[in-house]
Amino acid sequence: MDSKVASAPKAKEVALENMLLVSSSPHIRSNESVQRIMLDVIIALVPAIIGSVYFFGINALKLILISIASSMFFEAIIQKAFKKPVTIDDFSAIITGILIAFNLPASAPWWLPIMGSAFAIIVVKQFFGGLGSNFMNPALAARAMLLTSWPAHMSTFTGTRPDVVSAATPLAIMKFGMSADGTASATVESATSATQAAGAELPTLWNLFIGNNPGAIGETSILLLLIGAAYLIIRQVIDWKIPVAYIGSTFVMLMILGVESQFLPYHIMSGGLILGAFYMATDYATSPVTSKGRIIFGIGAGILTAIIRVNGGYPEGVSYSILLMNITVPLIEKFTAPKVFGEVK
Amino acid sequence: MKLRDLTFKGGVAVSDNKGLTNHLSIESAEEPSIVMIPLHQHTGAPCEPVVKAGDEVKVGQVIGQSQAFVSAPVHSSVSGTVKEIASMAIPTGPTVDCVVIESDGKNTMDKSIRPNGKLEDLSPEELIQIIKEAGITGMGGAGFPAHVKFSPPAEKKIDTILIDGAECEPYLTADHRLMVEEPEKIIYGLKVIMKAVGVDRGIIGIETNKPDAIKALKEASKDEENISIATLKVKYPQGDEKRLIDAILGRQVPSGGLPMDVGAVVSNISTTRAIAEAVMEGKPLYERVVTVTGRGIKNPKNLVVKIGTPFKDVIQQCGGFNEGAPGKIVMGGPMMGISQYSIDVPVIKGTGGILVMTEEEAKPEPMHPCIRCGKCIEVCPVHLQPLYLSSYSLKGDFDRAEALHALDCVECGACSFQCPSKRPLVESIRLAKREIIANRKKTN
Ligand code: SF4
Ligand code: SF4
Repeated sequence: MDSKVASAPKAKEVALENMLLVSSSPHIRSNESVQRIMLDVIIALVPAIIGSVYFFGINALKLILISIASSMFFEAIIQKAFKKPVTIDDFSAIITGILIAFNLPASAPWWLPIMGSAFAIIVVKQFFGGLGSNFMNPALAARAMLLTSWPAHMSTFTGTRPDVVSAATPLAIMKFGMSADGTASATVESATSATQAAGAELPTLWNLFIGNNPGAIGETSILLLLIGAAYLIIRQVIDWKIPVAYIGSTFVMLMILGVESQFLPYHIMSGGLILGAFYMATDYATSPVTSKGRIIFGIGAGILTAIIRVNGGYPEGVSYSILLMNITVPLIEKFTAPKVFGEVK
Repeated sequence: MKLRDLTFKGGVAVSDNKGLTNHLSIESAEEPSIVMIPLHQHTGAPCEPVVKAGDEVKVGQVIGQSQAFVSAPVHSSVSGTVKEIASMAIPTGPTVDCVVIESDGKNTMDKSIRPNGKLEDLSPEELIQIIKEAGITGMGGAGFPAHVKFSPPAEKKIDTILIDGAECEPYLTADHRLMVEEPEKIIYGLKVIMKAVGVDRGIIGIETNKPDAIKALKEASKDEENISIATLKVKYPQGDEKRLIDAILGRQVPSGGLPMDVGAVVSNISTTRAIAEAVMEGKPLYERVVTVTGRGIKNPKNLVVKIGTPFKDVIQQCGGFNEGAPGKIVMGGPMMGISQYSIDVPVIKGTGGILVMTEEEAKPEPMHPCIRCGKCIEVCPVHLQPLYLSSYSLKGDFDRAEALHALDCVECGACSFQCPSKRPLVESIRLAKREIIANRKKTN
């Protein structure tokens, strides 16, 4: 008889009992994991990474790699310093690194992503408790910081052809280039953009869609970003609600604000809206966990983006809108708690 | 009324692992040489023993009883001699008094066991009395005495009896096999309940992963005008009684309420079959079908096991453990079952399964901080926010957990199952519930 219990004398049974694991139900877990989710996001970003190198050259790759490496480095260092377990193996720092680089122009100096990563990881992420506890999207906060500190570096966009040294983004053209008087600008960023924009022409919609137009290295290829987004939605890593509500409400709000319909596709497909809506507004830590809350969050970001673009001094507006909405998350969640099954009101 | 592919909002897809046993016919277990029958294996008052050491008992003879309304008598499952009455560990946790009986192997039936006559000739009161005397309790796990469930206060108008054939727990196939092998008994049991409660509509809900059960019950009920079969989407926890009522009848049992508040009474398949046998044959609840399963056991089986049989004997009859030590032994299914310290505990009325997990399967996965993915909210069938309930509970802030309806949690485990960070969600919510209830008792 090879049955342990049947043949085991008393002493052995006791041993068996000490070996049995006793724990709370459930006794099985899904095969989802934090790593798997983060890995999926990285996989989703790969097409856009390849695209950025294709369109903007080897400097794009350099920026991305420096950004990833410095994000991981700062995460490890600060966790060591705080005497916390080092969690770079959860891959989340890699994503932050990629997204910071994606928000840079191809001409950015090599140290810019390092400054961005340091700020994103140390100040925005780890000071607030690390993964899942930060209340602002680290990559976006870093972008805002870089834009304020080094406006010229952050807004000198190169075109996708090697012969073009500096070029205006479609949004800058729409904002500054198309108006006869070229409104006086208060910031260096808008000044740079405005100078570049004067006399420039809008790219064709096709070029805009595939990403062959000036802009931050990771934001231009709508096609490649959408391929990754579709993957994330199919893998149920992100919920469609935030991006759909976000892009939809940006569109509607721009119409309400009187933007001419021929410019609407340019607004949707440039200025990092697609990148922001699918990859940054959906950041778990900084968006609502409730289903209704996600729709409200998306709508809020959309309205803000449209207002900043039409009435503000900046041509884009995606990052500030998302950052502003990040702050409202606890409030949104409070008012959008799901109705409990059988709740009597 | 739509009766196909019904479901509820929330829930998780779990690989059901029923293939280990869902094709295996129910077999009788070997006669145990000794049984330990707990005097308290139901919700309600414990029984007092009515036998003492040295007494001779027969199969089906009452050995424990209580005067309380919410209680259920306990019967001997063997014929033989009472050895002792002693406090022992049972699979649901604390130790309780058990009647230990040594079997004489003869299986002599008690003379009280005889058919009760035709269903047409029995009044609702008589039926309830038969169910009560047979010691029938909810066999899906909660162990609530059936006769209490079937005697709702007069102001609660019941219009439908639902039979839970979802068997949504992975691995378990006892109910599935009963539906396939004894569909007539299930229909008969449903008719008994309908008559006892005074209702003329009965619906059996079955998940679509059991097409043979659906077919068998449709066939067995084809001449019954008042009985229909509803098919349910395969989703956990479809068999939770409030989710079942929502899926089939479209009614939500109010928070803190009972099924009878929305005119429904729910009974599980094993229970319904036990009720049928109690009326047809006069057989009290002294044995039940147990699915012995999992990758840690040699020959998984669906076995009819006598109440009081030690787990050890049952495991041995299934060929013992597979190579390597077992990692975890669970009474019930993997989602809500209770892990066991020992295999010396007896099978009780609520033991639907014995699941033996391998060491590999039982290995706890490392926990990560909550990443706020919101998946626990998506899957919670009660529409709670497990991440917050859990974090308040872990911080000891039970008031806020209560305000977020911690007490509505049915402990189904869907949230913990889905959480990518492997957080101890149910565990901490269960703790909060205990604290909240204890506080209420204190303040009252
Ligand atoms: S599923 Fe886990 S990680 Fe996701 S929100 Fe809930 S508790 Fe947090
Ligand atoms: S909170 Fe309770 S009811 Fe909701 S999924 Fe978790 S265990 Fe189930």
